[in-house]
Amino acid sequence: MMEVFAFYVFAAIAVVASLLVVGQKNPMYSVMLLIASFGALAGLYVLLDAPFTAVTQIIIYAGAIMVLFLFVVMLLNVPREEPLPVPLAGALGPAGMRIAVVLSIALGIEMVWALWKLPPTPFSEGAAASVSSVTNIGQSLFTEHAFAFEVTSILILVAMVGAVVLARKEH
Amino acid sequence: MVTLNSYLILSGILFAIGTAGVFLRRNLITMLLSIEIMLNAVNLTFVAVGRFRGIVDGQIITFFVMTVAAAEAAVGLAIVIALFRHHETLSPDAFTALKW
Repeated sequence: MMEVFAFYVFAAIAVVASLLVVGQKNPMYSVMLLIASFGALAGLYVLLDAPFTAVTQIIIYAGAIMVLFLFVVMLLNVPREEPLPVPLAGALGPAGMRIAVVLSIALGIEMVWALWKLPPTPFSEGAAASVSSVTNIGQSLFTEHAFAFEVTSILILVAMVGAVVLARKEH
Repeated sequence: MVTLNSYLILSGILFAIGTAGVFLRRNLITMLLSIEIMLNAVNLTFVAVGRFRGIVDGQIITFFVMTVAAAEAAVGLAIVIALFRHHETLSPDAFTALKW
């Protein structure tokens, strides 16, 4: 019973915070609310017997990536969105917005409706121990997925060099 | 009883919210944040299905998605900074030229 309650609390926090991220005009509040959403998702990972992923979510996402976003928001100091430029606003501005709202709501309804039709599929209790074991994750990561893991390091290196080159001041 | 369906539905709702953010917002930083919401919705699906099948592969691919998200955020924000230097704005409508 406790688990059901926790699921709905975390799910509500995640959905409301994500909605507010999209609804906020000030990017600073958006970043803060997204951290709340990621925290709620970490709670859901704990409910799914994935403590390693939950901790990684907090450290990497809420800790590193969001701090990067926060730095850029503070650095650029753009508190609010500018209104649409006049010719575009007249041509398709509000209508384009309305179409976008309808399309995204249609996407959400479609996915929820499709999943609603599925027969209920409860989780098996027996699998919890093997899934939550960090030993199993480490073994799989460094044997089966060792190549992908090494490629990841090259990806990070390329991203680092790319970020430095792109953000550098031109002379 | 919380079933796999509940997690998949939650993931679908979060993905739709992220899509709406990319469509609706005219601020490059918020658009990148919306992409992060979408990536997280997909991560939730991976972990939930991995738990359902009793394998750790769902968590491993989530790990890789996080790495790619970090790289994407670093490069994306560097591009945003470079664009802001040239145009003094973050509106995607302002960036119509590939070269200047």
